[in-house]
Amino acid sequence: MSTWSSLIAIVLLITIAIVGVQVAGLQMVFGVVIPYIAIALFLIGVVYRVIRWAMSPVPFRIPTTSGQARSLPWIKNNSLESPHNGFTTFLRMLLEVLLFRSLFRNTKTDLKEGRLLYGSNKWLWLGGIVFHYSFLVIFLRHFKYFAEPTPAFVTALQSVDGFFQIGLPILYITDMLFLAAVSFLFIRRVWSPQLRYLSLASDYFPLFLLLAIGCTGVLMRYFTKVDIVAVKELGTGLLSFHPVVPEVGVMFYIHLFLVSSLIAYFPFSKLMHMAGIFLSPTRNLANNNRTKRHVNPWDYPVHVHTYAEYEDEFRPVMKAAGLPLDKEE
Amino acid sequence: MYDAGKIVTGLLIFLLLITFPVWYNAAMGKAQTRPNPVVQTADEPGRDTCVLEGDEMVTAHMNLLDEWRDTVVRDGVRMTETFNGHRIEMSLSRTCMDCHSNKEQFCDECHTYMDVEPYCWECHVEPRQAPEAAPEMEGGEQ
Amino acid sequence: MAVKYKPDQLLQVDYKPPKKSWLDPKIDFGEKKGNWNYGAVPDAVTHLELPNARKWQPSDEDWQLPENWKEIIFEGLRQRLDRFRSLRLFMDVCVRCGACADKCHYFLGSGDPKNMPVMRAELLRSVYRRDFTLAGKLMGKMMGARELTVDVLKEWFYYFFQCTECRRCSVFCPYGIDTAEITMIGRELLALVGLNIDWILTPASNCFRTGNHLGIQPHGVVDSLEFAADELEDITGIKVDLPINRKGAEVLFIAPSADYFASPHYYTLLGYMALFHEIGLDYTWSTFASEGGNFGLFHSHEMMKRLNAKMYMEAERLKVKWILGGECGHMWRVIHQYMGTMNSPADFLEVPKSPVTGTVFEHAKSTKMVHICEFTADLIKNDKIKLDPSRNDHWKVTFHDSCNPARAMGLIEEPRYVINAVSNHFHEMPENTIKEQTFCCGSGAGLGTDENFEMRMRGGLPRANAVKFVNERHGVDHLLCICAIDKATLPPLLEFWVPGVEVAGIHEMVGNALIMKGEKERETDLRGEPLANLPIPETDEAAPDEKPVEEADHV
Repeated sequence: MSTWSSLIAIVLLITIAIVGVQVAGLQMVFGVVIPYIAIALFLIGVVYRVIRWAMSPVPFRIPTTSGQARSLPWIKNNSLESPHNGFTTFLRMLLEVLLFRSLFRNTKTDLKEGRLLYGSNKWLWLGGIVFHYSFLVIFLRHFKYFAEPTPAFVTALQSVDGFFQIGLPILYITDMLFLAAVSFLFIRRVWSPQLRYLSLASDYFPLFLLLAIGCTGVLMRYFTKVDIVAVKELGTGLLSFHPVVPEVGVMFYIHLFLVSSLIAYFPFSKLMHMAGIFLSPTRNLANNNRTKRHVNPWDYPVHVHTYAEYEDEFRPVMKAAGLPLDKEE
Repeated sequence: MYDAGKIVTGLLIFLLLITFPVWYNAAMGKAQTRPNPVVQTADEPGRDTCVLEGDEMVTAHMNLLDEWRDTVVRDGVRMTETFNGHRIEMSLSRTCMDCHSNKEQFCDECHTYMDVEPYCWECHVEPRQAPEAAPEMEGGEQ
Repeated sequence: MAVKYKPDQLLQVDYKPPKKSWLDPKIDFGEKKGNWNYGAVPDAVTHLELPNARKWQPSDEDWQLPENWKEIIFEGLRQRLDRFRSLRLFMDVCVRCGACADKCHYFLGSGDPKNMPVMRAELLRSVYRRDFTLAGKLMGKMMGARELTVDVLKEWFYYFFQCTECRRCSVFCPYGIDTAEITMIGRELLALVGLNIDWILTPASNCFRTGNHLGIQPHGVVDSLEFAADELEDITGIKVDLPINRKGAEVLFIAPSADYFASPHYYTLLGYMALFHEIGLDYTWSTFASEGGNFGLFHSHEMMKRLNAKMYMEAERLKVKWILGGECGHMWRVIHQYMGTMNSPADFLEVPKSPVTGTVFEHAKSTKMVHICEFTADLIKNDKIKLDPSRNDHWKVTFHDSCNPARAMGLIEEPRYVINAVSNHFHEMPENTIKEQTFCCGSGAGLGTDENFEMRMRGGLPRANAVKFVNERHGVDHLLCICAIDKATLPPLLEFWVPGVEVAGIHEMVGNALIMKGEKERETDLRGEPLANLPIPETDEAAPDEKPVEEADHV
């Protein structure tokens, strides 16, 4: 159900782009106005969401310790899994953000003949890491459509990405990896009964959107062809605030509209995990609770039961038991 | 707002990185430059039409050349026809360069703009440019 | 107790989720008996000044909610979203990748898809989306948003009290989403409309009044400790000092109250006493701070703070220098991660320093409280106590890392160091079931009740399964742990799944192995059972202690 509704939404988006550009001739709207709106939504949205998180304090220091804490000097501290200061916490975060450390731990558990069997299960980690890094490379490669002269790092990236020199134009490895990884992430979602049970339209929609963006991009580059000089004119025009609308094929407008949809959707969705990971209190805090006091800004006094009240209630029995008393009666 | 120092710093770094093309364009001041390939660079034009229609040549010339190379080298077939019936030899240096004889003014204009490095000239000899010819051609881009 | 369910029956776990959408919340509490806990009695609710005291049970059709219950929940949720970045973030960033699913002992044991940590959080998230996010408001069901109804509330109750807040899922979550955080706050919300469970609230109420969960009054604590001291004298021939509520001692010692009475906790108590006597520790017990555990943690942050306050109040009153804490799991989550924030600064205390070895516990310099395993490991490392591990040769042991010391403290090597010093037969369980990946006993966070027995046995399956593995492979017959809830709930769990394996505390073994000055020849361990290395008839020595004798008396 949610798979279908997401798919329909993507088809709808593509239709809107085709009708808008080919029938209504709204190149200006789809090439300039919508991208500007989407970029603005993205930037403002992301900042807003992060600030919204930041408005709530972290009242308690609650790192999940995944290794030996620093305690006695002769016990080896696992500083990456149970960091005790800012620097080691930074390293832990680095592993988490760049290498998906926690996901790398993933296991698969099976109950067979009354036995629980644990196996290493790195597929999700692999799919995730391939997807994210391909996406990053593809995103950075696209800077050549937005920046003139093309920055040197983009040249370097595309030459590495096209290292195998297969086909013409040269096949980018990341294009294939991206499509494969997104497909994998989709297939595992419908394959596993548990994942299918818990998945929502908001899980399928971004996957389909990414897949559609990847496909239109690949189609343009390798098959249907597009005047990339015109694309770059549009891109640099947008990002130097001198928008122009040169003649480009409809496929490009579909691609651009889908990308606009993605970045406009981003701040309102689970995709915000990109920023959220940095703020996760179980990861970004040092496990130094007993060394350094963590202050709760909204701490308030609570009703406690004092010793005096306790002694008042139990004085006779305490006396009989020979316990020392604060107040004799 | 809590941890404002760290979070604002993080956001600024993010914004700075993600809007990189904007700063870069502003700093370089070249965002408005457009490639301007001079179509007819030969002194004596060999032909009045290209192999395919103009816009098709723009998007598909690389595939055309790739196909030509395979046909000539592997099948030994040397001749083909343009879209409007002219018989031509499938040759980069002898057919294409007849008209587009100036690599710098024609090929490189877009290839540099798009940061594309075709490997044509890894085998073919790069046509020598007459250094004094270049300024003369400026007016004649029609 | 174990008559109703059979292991073979519970092993038939159906992992296939139902066809109907998870957005449908209906739960039949009658049919699910054995999987939920009784509602709190009005006395406890009133004593703790909490709202909506009444007689009720989850199986009632009408839960007698206050009229404006919805308003209360929304206001409570809004307030907590503003107070806990963790909550707001964890509501927003989950991508439902499912990596947490088979990490939860309740899911592994029950197959109920709503016991996947991601789903447990979704129960709250679905309401959050509809009423606190734009996308959920606009898109509704498409985004997995749903209305808060009485059935949704009942579903929260059912599943938030099917989470032991063990944090195993948070180890695997790529964003560190901690279901314990969600469950803790979920339970707070439920408490706002009077949905408490008795097993949490009655101990909390007892603790508030008498200083300990069991409701033992001061003279009861004294009796119990004196009885233990007498028993220790019978075994060792040494009469230990028993300082209680003594002002001016160097160290205040706080243990979970189950140690005074319950079995096998009690033997750990004997171990502490023997150890403190042997090293001549200048310490005191307290009848007021007679509880290390803190069931407030399982109720609300506020209740946690109210109960925890006693520790520092008593330390200040007794003018001790620092506090030593006994073997208890959730107690140490509170001490390590909350006490410093909630009830410090404890300026009246000094940085803990072992009077025996001179070691300064720098890592505890703010909270000023040291874990008994850290303390004992330091004694052993500095060669300050004499140990004869062969006195524990009648046991083959493995170690169950309790959730909180492992995943909220990083206390992993200290207990192992101590075990290795007091045992010659220590075998680890498989690596996916220990240390930071340890499995819960299945009964933590206030869920160790009889009425919840089926779910406890299911949730404890992964732990029991790992014990079974080392039992079959190495003949392990004792499961060590450093948690009072473990000591209470692992025995029935093991009796159910791995009959013949017993549960013990580390300091019970320390007490067994400890060579005390002037002690008499030990003939039995602290349980009064004969030691293995006694010169008993030679014929018996040929039969090694491979298969342990089965015993049933756990209470």
